[in-house]
Amino acid sequence: MIALVVRRLLQSLVVMLVVTLIAFIMFRYAGDPVNQMVGVETTEAERQALRESLGLDQPTLVQFVRYVGRVASLNFGVSFQFRRPVMELLAERLPATLELALVAAMLSLVSGILLGVYCALNPRGRISAALQAVSLVGVSLPTFLIGILLIYVFSVALGWLPSFGRSGLVPVTKHWSTGLLTLQGWKSLLLPAVTLGLFQMTLIMRLVRSEMLEVLRADFIRFGVARGLPQRRIYFRHALKNTLVPVITVVGLQLGSIIAFSIITETVFQWPGMGLLFLQSVQNVDVPIMSTYLLLIAFMFVMINMVVDLLYNAVDPRLKGSSRV
Amino acid sequence: MADPVLSVRDLRVEFPTRRDLLVGLDGVSFDIHQGEVLGFVGESGAGKSITGAAIMQQIAAPGRIAGGEIRLNGQRIDKLSRTGMERIRGRHIGMVFQDPLTSLNPLMTIGDHLTETIGVHLGLGRRAARDRAVSLLEEVGIPEPAERLRSYPHEFSGGQRQRIVIALALCAEPELVIADEPTTALDVSVQAQIIALIRRLCDTHGTAFMLITHDMGMIAETADRVAVMYAGRVVEIGRVADIVAHPAHPYTQGLIAAIPSLETDAERLRQIPGAMPSLSAIPDGCVFHPRCELADDLCRTRRPVLAGEGDHRTACHRTAQAEYAP
Amino acid sequence: MTRTTNEAEAHGRSVWAGVWQSDLCIDFRANRLVLVATLLLAILLTASLLAPWVAPTDPFDAMSLDVMHSNLPPAWQQGGSTEFLLGTDDQGRDMLSAVLYGLRTSIVISALGVLLAAAIGISLGIVAGYFGGFVDTLIMRTADVQLSFPAILIALLVDGILHSMLPALKRDDSAAMVIVISIGLSFWVQYARTVRSSTMVEKKKDYVSAARLFALPSRTIMVRHILPNVMSPVLVILTINFGLAIITEATLSYLGVGLPPMRPSLGTLIRIGQEYLFSGEWWIVAFPGFALAILVLTLNLLGDWLRDALNPKLR
Repeated sequence: MIALVVRRLLQSLVVMLVVTLIAFIMFRYAGDPVNQMVGVETTEAERQALRESLGLDQPTLVQFVRYVGRVASLNFGVSFQFRRPVMELLAERLPATLELALVAAMLSLVSGILLGVYCALNPRGRISAALQAVSLVGVSLPTFLIGILLIYVFSVALGWLPSFGRSGLVPVTKHWSTGLLTLQGWKSLLLPAVTLGLFQMTLIMRLVRSEMLEVLRADFIRFGVARGLPQRRIYFRHALKNTLVPVITVVGLQLGSIIAFSIITETVFQWPGMGLLFLQSVQNVDVPIMSTYLLLIAFMFVMINMVVDLLYNAVDPRLKGSSRV
Repeated sequence: MADPVLSVRDLRVEFPTRRDLLVGLDGVSFDIHQGEVLGFVGESGAGKSITGAAIMQQIAAPGRIAGGEIRLNGQRIDKLSRTGMERIRGRHIGMVFQDPLTSLNPLMTIGDHLTETIGVHLGLGRRAARDRAVSLLEEVGIPEPAERLRSYPHEFSGGQRQRIVIALALCAEPELVIADEPTTALDVSVQAQIIALIRRLCDTHGTAFMLITHDMGMIAETADRVAVMYAGRVVEIGRVADIVAHPAHPYTQGLIAAIPSLETDAERLRQIPGAMPSLSAIPDGCVFHPRCELADDLCRTRRPVLAGEGDHRTACHRTAQAEYAP
Repeated sequence: MTRTTNEAEAHGRSVWAGVWQSDLCIDFRANRLVLVATLLLAILLTASLLAPWVAPTDPFDAMSLDVMHSNLPPAWQQGGSTEFLLGTDDQGRDMLSAVLYGLRTSIVISALGVLLAAAIGISLGIVAGYFGGFVDTLIMRTADVQLSFPAILIALLVDGILHSMLPALKRDDSAAMVIVISIGLSFWVQYARTVRSSTMVEKKKDYVSAARLFALPSRTIMVRHILPNVMSPVLVILTINFGLAIITEATLSYLGVGLPPMRPSLGTLIRIGQEYLFSGEWWIVAFPGFALAILVLTLNLLGDWLRDALNPKLR
């Protein structure tokens, strides 16, 4: 088990190093950083001085090593458009994105598993057929289109929920204001969370359904039936557990996707999170924000991947046995 | 003679497909008595496993029992509801499948498997269930049973796993155990041990066994009586000794002749020409006639029924003539 | 002469009969939903590819725009005009024409993107499978890492990087190319994996060994001998990926980092139209959105059906 953890940590480190290299290349060669920082009236001498002070005249390898050092000490530079440290900007936006992603993840996980199990246990029912059809639509439609549709129905036509923005905030710490403590906060969170979670929900539902149908065909289920175990026990003790083991992997990766997809949802609902900030930085070629966001997302994905892998190992006794030998 | 534990009459099983109707079983009848091993032998696809699945009402959809009746201790069980069957399965009829590797839930310990099954059928408390689990494992020959309760299926060898599967089938002391190719997935050396175990359990508990196999040699060693199946029908049934010594049906004769033994020369091993018909194209008349050297016009048009005196019955026009007409 | 023609005809008929009677086709005919989807898709594809000829106006010809006709609702609503079946936007642009042209842009760009992805994936897959060793490890590790990120994120990043490398003035002109490359670089992995594994199977077969005995150059063996034999799974991935590529293009354009308003795709039209949702001009966003939804839905229905029909185990 420890050997596995060490190996996975090393792999993650390599991936992070590669991503850092990409971020560095972006930072260094995507447009001239000096040009982005100074005005038109700056003289060539001043530009040269700035170039030297940034270390841009050093050999590339030295620059890269320095860049890695800066990244490791969480110094990501200054945004071109906001003229503020990127770290500060992202920290400001982090709570909004995390709250949105967390609620969306819970929503998709709980409803996805419940509906998937229902469909697997009633494969020929009308409700299952309807759910399958809806899920196909859910998987097919682009997230932003679903968001717009929800805005039209619940904000424009019915007027029940706000159509954009984050409100009802209560400060918790200096950097963290939560919207989860007020009704107003939940109201503004609901549509974005549903939009963000819907795609993952349909995905999880379809996955759980097909996995469980597969498990229900397995020999040990047939043997369980032949032993006279009650149906309820077969379904919820034997089939469900075996279904959820492979589902863990995918669901873990989906959590990462939720953070990535929040870029789209935050744009549709003008939700002031990191995704929106990243998108603005792409539009304005604000390379420090872009590269930092890349690093951050990569870090989250690598961590999630690692945790999922280890979790998988912990749940399945077959893998535990093999790593012990 | 005492009433049979299991009595099957004119059982018919159909599998409707998109294009045609496959007849898996047709007119299958037999009895199994207490403490007896009835062997079912035949090629793959002959309907042996379907017979077992039909008794357990475990035929995969869209297959269905289309006719006949199945009685357990005189009670009809082929029309029972799902919950009714749950009280029969495991409690009165145990089942052992072919592949012990996939028959056990990989995420559950052996102890959980056993105590769960014992709890469902016998309603014993935790301690009592655990004690019974240990004694069951001991009975089927698992060493250090108390320690092994915490082990997962993958930590056992194939033969041990099949012993565990048999222990699971015996949890509630059922009157009948259906063993569907219980040794096919095992090493040859282990096969004999499992067969000996089944024979011993049958003798000590009086459990009736329905032993499904394609191995005529295994039947000869283990079973009391044998039913020979071909294309969804029982073509011959009787005491093993009778049938091995005097096979009446041409198909059975072919099967017996195909058993290798030390006394016969390898040259004399015979094989039956041709292949079993597909279930969607069962021929008219006797199902075996396309492969039968003795077939005549009667065989091609009329279907023979199981007939004969005493225990030994055969579904064949020709051998009936040969035996009963001088 | 007549006989041979008859034979040929009979042969042709039997081929058609064979196709008609095949499992795939029976399944297709039995599945009414898939039939309807195919029909809808065919209509959308033809109408959009023929947009310059079937659209009532050229929505991007500034001369044809008339502010007098701005913000007209669809023809069946109060104040609508039969001249503009689906209404007009704030500049008096005919929505029907805008949707048709937008569809065309979306389809062409996505198709090019998918083809680029296939080209990259197939080349890397063959090279990895054929040479093995370090090259193989490098390519497949990259693929593994990329696969753990959602394609849309990769596309956004590539898009952002390409944007930042281009001078600001050229961004609109090169937007189409940027999207094609973004899609190409986000979807190549699946092709590479599939092609690599089939290449490794083909590589061991006699005809490749024979070609090697003749000392044919590796490139010739890969292109002439292996490539044709690994193409069939690629075609299935192509169909399934097309829908994804359309979503990706639409999303990038919707996010404002895709096609510019001058040459809008459906995503751009939706982005522009969303603002009018609140002032009641729902049709400016609804029709492009509807067209996009139908396009993706029919493609996915077909793709799903195809995958299930070719792999009966999943049913």
